Amino acid sequence: MNSIISIQNLSKVYDNGYKALNQVSLQIREAEILALLGPNGAGKTTLISTICGIVNPTSGSVLVAGYDIIRDYRKTRSLIGLVPQELHTEAFETVWATVSFSRGLFGLPPNAAYIERVLRDLSLWDKRDTKIMQLSGGMKRRLLIAKALSHEPRVLFLDEPTAGVDVELRKDMWQVVERLRQSGVTIILTTHYIEEAEEIADRIAIINGGEIKLVENKDELMRKLGKKQMTLDLKQPMAKLPEWLSEFSLSLQNDGTQLVYQYDATHSHTGIASLMQLLSDHGVQFKDLATHQSSLEDIFVDLIKEAS
Amino acid sequence: MNIHSIKAIYNFEMARTRRTVLQSIVSPVISTSLYFVVFGAAIGSRITSVEGVSYGAFIVPGLMILSLMTQSISNASFGIYFPKFTGTIYELLSAPVSYFEIMLGYVGAAATKSLIVGSIILITAAFFVDLQIMHPFWMVWFLLMTAITFSLFGFIIGIWADNFEKLQLIPLLIVTPLVFLGGSFYSISMLPDLWQKITLLNPVLYLISGFRWSFYGVSDVSVSVSLIMITGFLVGCSAIIWWIFKTGYQIKQ
Repeated sequence: MNSIISIQNLSKVYDNGYKALNQVSLQIREAEILALLGPNGAGKTTLISTICGIVNPTSGSVLVAGYDIIRDYRKTRSLIGLVPQELHTEAFETVWATVSFSRGLFGLPPNAAYIERVLRDLSLWDKRDTKIMQLSGGMKRRLLIAKALSHEPRVLFLDEPTAGVDVELRKDMWQVVERLRQSGVTIILTTHYIEEAEEIADRIAIINGGEIKLVENKDELMRKLGKKQMTLDLKQPMAKLPEWLSEFSLSLQNDGTQLVYQYDATHSHTGIASLMQLLSDHGVQFKDLATHQSSLEDIFVDLIKEAS
Repeated sequence: MNIHSIKAIYNFEMARTRRTVLQSIVSPVISTSLYFVVFGAAIGSRITSVEGVSYGAFIVPGLMILSLMTQSISNASFGIYFPKFTGTIYELLSAPVSYFEIMLGYVGAAATKSLIVGSIILITAAFFVDLQIMHPFWMVWFLLMTAITFSLFGFIIGIWADNFEKLQLIPLLIVTPLVFLGGSFYSISMLPDLWQKITLLNPVLYLISGFRWSFYGVSDVSVSVSLIMITGFLVGCSAIIWWIFKTGYQIKQ
């Protein structure tokens, strides 16, 4: 698949010596939704800001559709739309005026029909003559998306698009994102809501301490790193794990009332059958049984722990 | 050159002017009229004439320069400071525009606005005093140069400032005193010897003197020196802006 954005060994050291990005290399594919996942201060915003031209890179290179972000900045920036994390807006402008301004700023002639479509898509058409300061937080967020889309970009960066947005609106937002992807726009979003990435992304890149820890198809990632665990509710609590269970990766929880077994679901021999056999041979009885697949959140927490 | 982008910034700034018409157009006219009442009518009636020009008419060029300078500086500095303050500068920085184009938009709008104010003051003045303009070409030239130069200067202040106090600091503490002491309301020949010499260090004196010459043909210092001074100031501001753009000072990390 073609890369629309190609990042090579990108580093950023701020004037105060803070190393925000360290040798980041990443290929972003055309028309995919890539979730950039990481804790606060991981370097997500710096990475986006560098690609968009807000922050100067210290070293390394970024190509957007084959153009260098510094040498051919006019070309690359006109391909990119950016929705910042903070709700940075004017106050006294109307919705229509500010979105039209954005289009002009990005070097395009006015196109009222296009702006109308963008505003309608984002349910802002009714508010077109409203002053920005009278909009709610969710509307401001959509306004920022409208501004970013005003110049018909091929790549859209959404920096924490759902921070401070209620559940209803978040769902709306994902519908917008999905529609955009279907129209061929590549979307890169940062989030620390893991469910979000799990729900919407095609691929997931995990960033921490300014380094890309992992880039993987979401399903692949879930499958590869997704451990399964089986929990048995015991009838008689165990004080400690008996010797004869030592060959299994087991642990006791809840004062010995629960026996938890970790296993790899993709493996042909999960060990469940032999465990069950062994338990019944020793007369251990249980009331209930549950299996659980680890979520992206567990995977994420594991990775971050490993790194630190 | 990215004409649509420059136009977008320019129109945006002009729209801001229209929204704040009371503050940006009406208020300078009112304060100028007050100067005419106080200096022209009340005090001026006791000073018959300065270098053959009636006092009321004598102060018109100085008043215009005063307004032109303060308006240019405040318009341009606010124009570029505001996006920094609200955070909307992210959009300017991520847009396919060069710094030079951004500057053209902001400085162009600020200069336009102060030229409008200057013209309105001139028209207002015509109601109070008998005006004559001996060298109209040079008058327009001085007007344009002052508007552009001090809009550039304001742009620099707006980029340098990282809070509202700094934004007001230079206009209040440096520019206003220099204008008042630069012969807006008097000819330096009216000063004692020592103060005449000190006043010659004030760059604004040359501006006002040259501008007044374009009206009445009288000046405190030679016109060519005035022309050199304003050109020098323009070059100086341009050089600073060139350096700002080159280093990304206060704009980009």
